[in-house]
Amino acid sequence: MPIIILAATLSITGCKEKDSTVKTRVEEKLQANQETAGTMVAVDAGVATLTGQVSTDNGKMESENIARGTKGVKSVVNNITVTAPVAPVTITADDPLTTSLRDATKDHPTVNASVLNGTVTLTGTISKADNLILMKKISALNPGKIDNQLTIK
Amino acid sequence: MALQDKYKNLIDEATRSEVRGLQVREQNGVLYVDGTAPNGAVKDQLWNTYNQIDPNFAGGDLVLDIKTAMDATVTKVKVNTKSSNLNIRKGPGTDQPVVGKAAHGEVITLVSRSNEQWWQVRTKDGEEGYAYAEYLAAED
Repeated sequence: MPIIILAATLSITGCKEKDSTVKTRVEEKLQANQETAGTMVAVDAGVATLTGQVSTDNGKMESENIARGTKGVKSVVNNITVTAPVAPVTITADDPLTTSLRDATKDHPTVNASVLNGTVTLTGTISKADNLILMKKISALNPGKIDNQLTIK
Repeated sequence: MALQDKYKNLIDEATRSEVRGLQVREQNGVLYVDGTAPNGAVKDQLWNTYNQIDPNFAGGDLVLDIKTAMDATVTKVKVNTKSSNLNIRKGPGTDQPVVGKAAHGEVITLVSRSNEQWWQVRTKDGEEGYAYAEYLAAED
């Protein structure tokens, strides 16, 4: 019995080391390519499982090709997700924002509005219903942030 | 991620009510939710949900920019001011001179929507100018 356990332990240990070497080998190649750098790899008994996120279909395919072409990889499971690149939010510059803010607040004489670095700050008083109307109007102007300090009367 | 959790109900509702081009982005501590609602009722509902999650919009952590889908064939719009007349101006901006007025509830002709905030309109008297889009609703 002890011999069998020892033998099993040895074989697992041996396999693990080899897997980790293979893993490092695949990782180095993936990291070298910007398109595949988001890919993560796990190797178990020569089976490379790819996960993580890349931004192009090509990056997903290329990761698989890289893994497949690496010494020690017997087969590849490709579970990579392709994420659409996220465009940054467009924020209106202060000058045009100030102009359109003047239009938006014209019907609300009890409201003071100012703009600084894309942030619209509202002070003064307003009714609950008008607060909703005003927020709808200002949100359509693509501000960076609306700091609503209005007192609801 | 925390902001997406806070506004989860709103985002789920936008997805369910088929808001087109829905984008949820977080940048510098503000969550930006943009898209085009199929109709005005969906937009109103989303704003109600926003108001429930963040009472009186005091949080300053969301910019909700929901537009309403509008058929390109729409040529008539209704004036939905609270009660007052709607000013029609020479150009797009409150600094522009008033060239005409349209009454609350009046249906006028839509000429162009090339400017997002200021739509070009024509009254039944034939006066043409720009009116603030937030006070105009598509008429079937």
